[in-house]
Amino acid sequence: MAIDSVVELSRLQFAATAMYHFLFVPLTLGMVWLLVIMESVYVMTGKQVYKDMTRFWGKLFGINFALGVTTGITLEFQFGTNWAYYSHYVGDIFGAPLAIEGLMAFFLESTFIGLFFFGWDRLSRQQHLLVTLLMAVGTNLSALWILIANGWMQNPVGAEFSYHTMRMEMTDFWAVVFNPDAQAKFVHTVSAGYVTGAMFVLAVSSWYLLKGRDTEFAKKSFRIAAAFGFASVCSVIVLGDESGYTVGEAQQTKLAAMEAMWHTEPAPASFNLIAWPNEVEMKNDWAVEIPWVMGIIGTRSLDKQIPGIHEIVEKNARRIESGIHAVKALEALRANRNDAAALAKFEAHKADLGFGLLLKKYSADVAQATPQMIALAARDTIPKVAPMFWAFRAMVGLGFWMLALFGAALWFSVKGCFDRRRWLLKAALYSLPAPWLACEVGWFVAEYGRQPWTIYGVLPTHLSVSTLSAQSLYGSLAGFVGFYTVLLIVEVYLMVKFARQGPGSLGTGRYANEAAH
Amino acid sequence: MELIDYPTLKLLWWLLVGVLLVGFAVMDGHDMGVGTLLPFVGRSDIERRVIINTVGPHWDGNQVWFITGGGAIFAAWPLVYATAFSGFYWAMLLVLWALFFRPVGFDYRSKIDNPRWRSTWDWGLFIGGFVPPVVFGIAFGNLLQGVPFRFDANLVSHYEGSFWQLLNPFGLLCGVVSSAMITCHGAVYLAHRTEGVIQARAARAAQACALVTLAAFSVAGLWLARGIDGYVITSALDAAALPDPLAKTVAVVPGAWLANYARTPAAMLVPVAGYLGFVLALLLVRGGRTFAAFWCSALGMAGVIGTAAVSMFPFVMPSSLDPAASLTVWDSVSSHRTLFIMLVATVIFMPIIILYTRWAYSVMRGKVTAAYVKENSHSAY
Repeated sequence: MAIDSVVELSRLQFAATAMYHFLFVPLTLGMVWLLVIMESVYVMTGKQVYKDMTRFWGKLFGINFALGVTTGITLEFQFGTNWAYYSHYVGDIFGAPLAIEGLMAFFLESTFIGLFFFGWDRLSRQQHLLVTLLMAVGTNLSALWILIANGWMQNPVGAEFSYHTMRMEMTDFWAVVFNPDAQAKFVHTVSAGYVTGAMFVLAVSSWYLLKGRDTEFAKKSFRIAAAFGFASVCSVIVLGDESGYTVGEAQQTKLAAMEAMWHTEPAPASFNLIAWPNEVEMKNDWAVEIPWVMGIIGTRSLDKQIPGIHEIVEKNARRIESGIHAVKALEALRANRNDAAALAKFEAHKADLGFGLLLKKYSADVAQATPQMIALAARDTIPKVAPMFWAFRAMVGLGFWMLALFGAALWFSVKGCFDRRRWLLKAALYSLPAPWLACEVGWFVAEYGRQPWTIYGVLPTHLSVSTLSAQSLYGSLAGFVGFYTVLLIVEVYLMVKFARQGPGSLGTGRYANEAAH
Repeated sequence: MELIDYPTLKLLWWLLVGVLLVGFAVMDGHDMGVGTLLPFVGRSDIERRVIINTVGPHWDGNQVWFITGGGAIFAAWPLVYATAFSGFYWAMLLVLWALFFRPVGFDYRSKIDNPRWRSTWDWGLFIGGFVPPVVFGIAFGNLLQGVPFRFDANLVSHYEGSFWQLLNPFGLLCGVVSSAMITCHGAVYLAHRTEGVIQARAARAAQACALVTLAAFSVAGLWLARGIDGYVITSALDAAALPDPLAKTVAVVPGAWLANYARTPAAMLVPVAGYLGFVLALLLVRGGRTFAAFWCSALGMAGVIGTAAVSMFPFVMPSSLDPAASLTVWDSVSSHRTLFIMLVATVIFMPIIILYTRWAYSVMRGKVTAAYVKENSHSAY
């Protein structure tokens, strides 16, 4: 239906704009709580240094937040501009959490961030703390509703297709809200944001300590970041996404791909620590296996099986065959809404409608699909294994590295001698990019792993796009990437400038490197 | 869920989308107007900082009216969201890219003390304030003339126009109406929050923009009545039916956009509010009563936006290519359940939003002066 390059370019544009956006979001999610902690200590103890900490880290928070807002605007509208059929097909469900996010969360966050920066002299200490807290709550509620929307793409519960309106319609709002997939994602994603905020404060504080300047300020910041970061990194790992992997079929497919599990094994399955996936022969050329581990972390049991790729492909081929009947019956129903035979047939095969639509990539009239086409479409239902396998391992490796780092930082904070452990300070400084890398590869696993679907089992990606020309897509993609890159350079420049200047940039007269004016 | 029947909900959502649009114009409109005026009303760095700080604490919250408006149209009118934003692709990107200048412009401008850096961001803030209202006006002008789109059997929308086609004379005239009214509103706000020379310049700008708004609105009204064909549903209307934009027949009839005023004379109050609001705003700002003038220009904008909406009702996005495929408030909406849930969410959260927004403005109330900016050189924008 849509030409391939438009589909590929639309995916690339969405990936680029979303990944740019997520350079800024995790730092916002995490730093906002660090600001709440620092300001709470200020309100409780009245010590000026905690107010200065809130204001200085708040300044860096603001520089980051500006680009979070900038890149976020795009995402609210890009479903309409570039994914028009998706918007029509699932807007009845997907639009609601986005709109509620605006009403419940984004207004809150954006209104109070103004008072956070401008209200210091006009509000009492308690009032200002309340403002900071409401900003933090708004930020995190915002993530909740966005991840409810995203979770529904992975596990589309509480909705049903209507042949009258040619779209999915909501049948149970609370099922959408309490989608286990969305809840697991929310905890995992905001915790990753908290780790990012903590790593940022930890790394910059370590730099001051290595330089031997603003030490009291830096030591206090380091301690708070170490404790908050350690708790958060534990939360990311323990309450990680794995808990959601048993709930939906999308997640089972993802799990099989990212673990390179080609065959269903007797429970509990073994875990491929490292493997060399062979896409063509659909097997691993070699693998280092650890018995039992996969079954235990994947199912939290010793007796439940985890389906392998071959079995999933086999099952999906049968669903595609059933889906052909659904597509044909739907065409008959659209021509004549009172066709009782078509309705009966449609109801019988409705659950596989999305699988039937997968064939549209190979044949405009799915009734003409050959067995080869069905086999190809079934094979399409598994994302490429190697990128999934390695991206997942990169994320987990970075996660455990940060666990060790925050563990050491907390340990030496408690012992009180962290500022003399130069290796620790250097490790913290050079680990600054780690949480961003982990976040980006994590999102890659989540979204690339859902292919070939935008809504798992419901709507294939190649049908979701707007009817635009490839030229338009090339133009807009270049525009977004160019614009964002310039803004990113400006942002990093300001971030480095103010981080180097340190708390002296507040102009209070209490710190090194006081601003000249 | 059956608390409110489907036709009533569909109608309520037409009103609510209108409320969100007017809310966007009143709230984000005043800081966009201020952005438009920035390079002209502020002639030195300190004057410009005063101007920017009148909206500094508020622009971000105000911008959420735009974001939420987009989300609400997605949730309540998914076909409109899909068809309009993909059809007006380059116009929409122009709005988004112009808006990119605002968060960074506000936050980064005064962080570096360099005239070229600051003047670059000042023009960025101008683009972010000036371009979106012009594009929205042009979009409304094109909706009133009908937009060249059609649906295939699977309800995939195909837009068969180009970006340049949007820039037709009537579309551009509506762009002038929109830009003038938003700039007037911003100028009134600026006059309210500043003093001395900035206030005097802002007040003059407000009066000029009010006059342009009134003149352009009048010309657009006459043009709409005489020169632009309206759309009429010719098949039997079942407002409770499941939404299907291909189930009706539509005729294009000269003068049909005036039919609602003939049928319901009370609807005339909407354009009257447009005139009344801007005439009063003009007189009040002349008399120095800027607070009252702000709410009068808000009323005026509600009247102008409402005039476009009431003239087209029940159409939202008429199709010039295939009139029967036009999107209306009855057949381009979400399901009964989703409309109801979204209504509940809006009724709960909108009053809360208005309350804390009011509180935020009251905390920051008073004139922004050069002395304030100098005292807070490190924290103010």
